[in-house]
Amino acid sequence: MNTIPAIELRHISKRFGPVLANSDINMTVNYGEILSILGENGSGKTTLMNMVAGIYFPDEGEILVNGEEVKITSPRDAFQYKIGMIHQHFKLVDVFTAAENIVLGLKEDGKYDIKAAANKVREISSQYGFEIDPDKKIYEMSVSEKQTVEIIKVLYRGADILMLDEPTAVLTPQEIRKLFAVLNRMKEDGKAIVIITHKLNEVMEISDRVTVLRKGEYVGTVETDETNENELTEMMVGKKISLNIERTDPKDPVERLIVAHLNVMNREGMKVLDDISFVANAGEILGIAGISGSGQRELLETIAGLQPIQYGGIQYIRPGDGVIENLRDKTPKEIRDLGVRLSFVPEDRLGMGLVGSMDIIDNMLLRSYRQGRSVFLKKKEPESLADRIIRDLEVATPSNRTPVRRLSGGNVQKVLVGREIAAAPTVLMAAYPVRGLDINSSYMIYHLLNEQKENGVAVIFVGEDLDVLLALSDRILVIGRGHVTGIVDARTASKEEIGLLMTKGGHAS
Amino acid sequence: MIQFIQRAIILGIPLLFGCTGETITEKSGHLNLGIPGIMYVGGICGVIGGFFYEQGVGPENIKPALAILIPLTCSILGSLIMGLVYSFFTVSLRANQNVTGLALTTFGTGIGNFFGGSLIKLTNSDVPYLSLGATSRYFKTSLPFADKLGWFGQLFLRYSFLVYVAIILALAAAFVLKKTRTGLHLRAVGENPATADAAGIPVEKYKYIATCTGAVIAGLGGLFYVMDYSGGIWANNAFGDQGWLAIALVIFTVWRTDFAILGSFVFGALLIVHNYITNLGMAGQELIKVIPYAVTIIVLIVVSAREKRETQPPQALGQSYFREDR
Amino acid sequence: MKEPLFHIVKRDSISWWKSWLIRLAAIAAALILCSVITVLLTGLNPMKVWGSLISGAVGTTRRRWMLLQGTAILLCISLAVTPAFRMRFWNTGAEGQVLAGGMAAAACMLLGGNLPGIILYPLIIVSSILAGAVWGVIPAIFKAKWNTNETLFTLMMNYVAMKIVDYFSQLWAVPKGSGKIGVINSSTNAGWLPALFGQTYLLNILIVVGITIFITVYMRFSKHGYEISVVGESENTARYIGINVKKVIIRTMILSGALCGVAGFLLVSGTDHTIASETVGGQGFTAIMVSWIAKFDPVVMVVVSALIVFLTRGAGEISTTLGLNKSFSDILTGIIILFIIGCEFFINYRMVFRGKHKEA
Repeated sequence: MNTIPAIELRHISKRFGPVLANSDINMTVNYGEILSILGENGSGKTTLMNMVAGIYFPDEGEILVNGEEVKITSPRDAFQYKIGMIHQHFKLVDVFTAAENIVLGLKEDGKYDIKAAANKVREISSQYGFEIDPDKKIYEMSVSEKQTVEIIKVLYRGADILMLDEPTAVLTPQEIRKLFAVLNRMKEDGKAIVIITHKLNEVMEISDRVTVLRKGEYVGTVETDETNENELTEMMVGKKISLNIERTDPKDPVERLIVAHLNVMNREGMKVLDDISFVANAGEILGIAGISGSGQRELLETIAGLQPIQYGGIQYIRPGDGVIENLRDKTPKEIRDLGVRLSFVPEDRLGMGLVGSMDIIDNMLLRSYRQGRSVFLKKKEPESLADRIIRDLEVATPSNRTPVRRLSGGNVQKVLVGREIAAAPTVLMAAYPVRGLDINSSYMIYHLLNEQKENGVAVIFVGEDLDVLLALSDRILVIGRGHVTGIVDARTASKEEIGLLMTKGGHAS
Repeated sequence: MIQFIQRAIILGIPLLFGCTGETITEKSGHLNLGIPGIMYVGGICGVIGGFFYEQGVGPENIKPALAILIPLTCSILGSLIMGLVYSFFTVSLRANQNVTGLALTTFGTGIGNFFGGSLIKLTNSDVPYLSLGATSRYFKTSLPFADKLGWFGQLFLRYSFLVYVAIILALAAAFVLKKTRTGLHLRAVGENPATADAAGIPVEKYKYIATCTGAVIAGLGGLFYVMDYSGGIWANNAFGDQGWLAIALVIFTVWRTDFAILGSFVFGALLIVHNYITNLGMAGQELIKVIPYAVTIIVLIVVSAREKRETQPPQALGQSYFREDR
Repeated sequence: MKEPLFHIVKRDSISWWKSWLIRLAAIAAALILCSVITVLLTGLNPMKVWGSLISGAVGTTRRRWMLLQGTAILLCISLAVTPAFRMRFWNTGAEGQVLAGGMAAAACMLLGGNLPGIILYPLIIVSSILAGAVWGVIPAIFKAKWNTNETLFTLMMNYVAMKIVDYFSQLWAVPKGSGKIGVINSSTNAGWLPALFGQTYLLNILIVVGITIFITVYMRFSKHGYEISVVGESENTARYIGINVKKVIIRTMILSGALCGVAGFLLVSGTDHTIASETVGGQGFTAIMVSWIAKFDPVVMVVVSALIVFLTRGAGEISTTLGLNKSFSDILTGIIILFIIGCEFFINYRMVFRGKHKEA
């Protein structure tokens, strides 16, 4: 076996404006091993690998490939060193076919022959057991098909060093198993494989060694055999913290939101929600579990009045008098005008929940600017609300006049959640509210959701981490391919049970 | 009828040049609103070259090869510089494409009219235009036997070489875009530059080359207009809105340069059809000229309403690309 | 492998004085380049050229009024396109919207020349505003409905407007067949914007001052202005908080078109007293650049449009006194605008050179 490290990083630093994304990082990757880079979101894992892939250029430090110092200034340079990266956000051209995407950027000899390329793609697919149609356009593909295209792309190039950024986030447990089998086969082939992840169980299952990053800094590297999840957690977050989330029993839950036989199509005319029915109770957290892209986003957006409904209904039961309001075919404004206090923390914080270039005060205005008859804006109340949120939720910001885009992910989320809770909701929907947050901020968000539940709010919480969902929710609704595949009691259900339900669900279309 | 088609084709050719150039540019994700200015510069540079050659040796001693080569080279150089300026601003400096393009159109028409006017003054003539009849004659040379081949020859062979250059360029552009690796890469750059970049395609290089090639081709449209269509006569502002029509044609042909060949003839026909309809009156003639624009608007609407992915403008059209944008 | 000579880093923020220093440097560089070009083309002493440029722009009282008037018109169109740009709606159709407004004004003046002023003036104003608004709202409706590319749509609408003006120029030509409408109501001055305190253009200028204040307040302090900013920054966010995006697009383009219509009214009723397809003379496009360069700030727009009109008028003067072509000013304007657009790069990004390491 080759004893020279495939990649060696020495004193690598990278800065984005005032943010130090990587600081003085040293690490090695060997051939014939699977190395995990473990770290919380925002710890600089992806930035580090992007520098090896030629997307970013390091401000300081050296990169060695096969023992020789190299400058990787573009992805093309990276290919020359047989380095291939599979990005978390797929880098595919929507209007191209799979084969066209795969050969994109290649400098093959001879005539450009897309048919031959397609055949080679089929060959690779059958060799590794992928199912893919090379002539299918990307915009017609599902998320997992797109990932397959990305992996084939790297294999097609004969890469010896593979880096995968959070490859399991979009996959079903079965698909993950398949992926791991492929990775192990490549490892036996002598390839060097790097997996960027924040999931401990996957680290333990697949990798030979683990390199841990924290807040842009290198913490250490350990052999997987000689460590355990607790030790890794400690390395990752810096201090021991209990993974326990307090959960109170719901106090006299009453029905607040009834969703019945909801059918929704997306813009392309594909059915994304198929006959969804459930009830959300006041004073209870309803968790929603599912593989990402199974219809969670559409479900919340539909309830919020952002998606047209083909069939089915949404009813809101007013607290106090129990009057039923029909929310179907109402715009967000009409819903608010009915007096329904529905708050929504969307998945895309800066793209939907907030306006990145506006300051914190103007972002507070988003919810309240319509109040009053005047044609002019009133900024007094939003300003005091902004100050209150900054103080109460410990938002780290230079001032209330700072554009929210400049804040870190956790602080952005605090601003958003703070604003939504300040509206004194009766229904609070939150989609992946802790994605990208450090552990402290995550716990603050969990705490806020619990607080709302105790105040009698009907909380709907879409999560990706099953452990958190099981610990926080009262009931869990599982979605698979736009169907409800089960509603379970979070106090008695097991992870395996939910995992199985997630993969169920017939064809959505 | 044959004469009508001939005129339509000849008037369509500058548009075809402009459209091919703009399509190549837009495929790289750049909406170049400087095309009208570039066509002006392409035209005037050819005129300057031709003028000094004609004046230098006297109209009698002109050598055919040089009479064509000198204006052609000048024209290409002029539009190349314009293309370089546009790409430097929009690719390297990441300036707003619309604003840069409009500024270049102001600049280019200014250059055209300024030098045009200066040359006119140099000739001390009373008329407000410049005539390069001798040079133009060589540009207009067509196959000698064309007329003998009946309607076929008259319809297809009676044109000067630039007409065939335009058609060949349009076909070549269509072929390159669709069937070659370069075309695949270029389209990827215009659709999704981040993806192209990650695939190792030198995005900036492609953008520069596409924009400059596009500018040169569009500039040839200006050259053709002066040297062939208007018989070597340069008059300030005579160019009209050819450049904008070329941009309209890009939309009309849904970013397909092979469609553009036919499309340019249709536009050419629409531009002159008023001369062939009697009883229109002066006012009515003006109204007919609305049709190309109106038709383009309708195509634009229909394409957007149908939402077919393949006929949409390139996805990243108009956006600058910076790799380290997060 | 070689290390690249430099690589580009996005600036996080820049102090306002630094950014203005960069802009001033760009303008200075542009002026120097303009001088060099002028000297090369004319062989004259640049000081003399600049001298005659300045005197050409502000040398006499009449020229000063002309400068103010020209600035007012350009500013009016720039202000008109600003709400649309703020919404990220590329209204490249100002030229046509102004022309539509001007055409409506001219039509009212021609057809209603015998009406009493108290009816005629409101009629002219309302119809030019309506015409501009209609011309602006057509692309907006399709943008709202099918997301039709508005840059290209509005661009095409310019030429439709021009051809329609050409049509009427033929139809109402005086004398017949000349293709020109000529000065309308030259004997009665019906529908002409009256002089104020003996100054022909004062009323024009005051109207534009009013529009400047209105747009400043509208964009900065009104709920509508806030909605426009939200839609421009993120349509998803706008939908999420229940803004009717389509309504805002249509409403804003009605406003943008209407203000262009006012500019058309000022051009026809307040300045030229006639109409032709070149009446707007590309100012609809120049206005786009003005609004962009000024970063949508009305106060900066005043300065930028004054600068551009100053140059145009000054260069026009040089061309007559020094025997240059009139289009000379277009070249100068083009260069200066390009420099200002280009310098934004140095405000938004900075370059880190090889071997040089980060400053703290």
